[in-house]
Amino acid sequence: MTGEAPESWPKDIHAALSAAGVRQVAYVPDAGLTQIINLCAADRAMESVLLTTEEEGVALLAGAWLGGQRGVLMMQSSGVGNCVNLFSLARVCRFPLLLLVTMRGEAGEMNPWQEPMGRAVPEILRLAETQVFRAEEAGELGETVAEAARAAFEGPAAAAVLIAQSLIGVKSFDE
Amino acid sequence: MDSKRAESYPLRRREVVARLLEERGNLLVVSGLGASSWDVTAAGDSPLTFPLWGAMGGAAMIGLGLALAQPERRVLVVTGDGEMLMGLGSLAVIGVKQPANLAIAVLDNERYGETGMQATHTAGPVDLAAMAVGAGFPAVADVFDQAQLDEALPRLRGESGPVLVNIKVRAEELPLALPPKDGVVLKQRFRAALLGPGNPD
Repeated sequence: MTGEAPESWPKDIHAALSAAGVRQVAYVPDAGLTQIINLCAADRAMESVLLTTEEEGVALLAGAWLGGQRGVLMMQSSGVGNCVNLFSLARVCRFPLLLLVTMRGEAGEMNPWQEPMGRAVPEILRLAETQVFRAEEAGELGETVAEAARAAFEGPAAAAVLIAQSLIGVKSFDE
Repeated sequence: MDSKRAESYPLRRREVVARLLEERGNLLVVSGLGASSWDVTAAGDSPLTFPLWGAMGGAAMIGLGLALAQPERRVLVVTGDGEMLMGLGSLAVIGVKQPANLAIAVLDNERYGETGMQATHTAGPVDLAAMAVGAGFPAVADVFDQAQLDEALPRLRGESGPVLVNIKVRAEELPLALPPKDGVVLKQRFRAALLGPGNPD
């Protein structure tokens, strides 16, 4: 099964988001994000917004910033492609944009349809002038998110944390 | 698809938007890409208007983020049928969040105005107000004439939302009225006017 992260990194990420002053949490669910989504939903200082498609979150967070609030947009790697045109909103207006992306299409992936976007995500983000942080070790995730949040909100700029598939487990179709 | 009928709709978009924004007070306004942004500018540029020059399909979601951040302020999204059609999923998102302070006015001329007045889906059977009802909006209206517009205006300004009013307006090409083009300027002036001068960027 997927997404049952037994480690403390979801709490570390939630703590980093909280410390960064994140108030709006936009997401399309991913199994690997489940615990972070649940921690944010239970946090009364945060407003969770379930999206139908990821680019909605880029627009939502622009509105949040216009209104004086910080936010984060969380998705699986396939969602990055959906965001591409809306990234221009963040770029042209220099809105802060903090992204958390759980990676698919990496080591052990069972679904080849995930591989093209998984491979393309870092380059797409760089073309969109987004600073890319990649976390491979569970113990470093909290600090990596804190660093990306600083880059996003102090810029203001776009910054993304890619969470390696090795950290979130591999989806199996054998069960 | 009926590509002709909108040419004889009685309401004119510039007059409708002038009514939407008269005595706007504390109203926060987001306008969608294209003619809607020119309309809000023709009605009088304001730092508390955020007119989009791009990000098609994003106007309603910008309005939602703003409405959640500023629950004591009324937020009005003014957009067109083509822009709204590109962001239909946002109706579902807003329906779930139920922001009481968010209203959306769709100027529905059944056309893609900036690309040559080609027909949109609303020239066919597609009904944006019915879609808002289906998304769980508690306050929805269709407007075809002046009397219905008079009834809808106080709902857009004050009814507990989310509110969506679909206003059928005449398909017509109008002189451009362009807001500032620099996105950083538009953002900074909005934040300064809303949050105070200690909030650059």
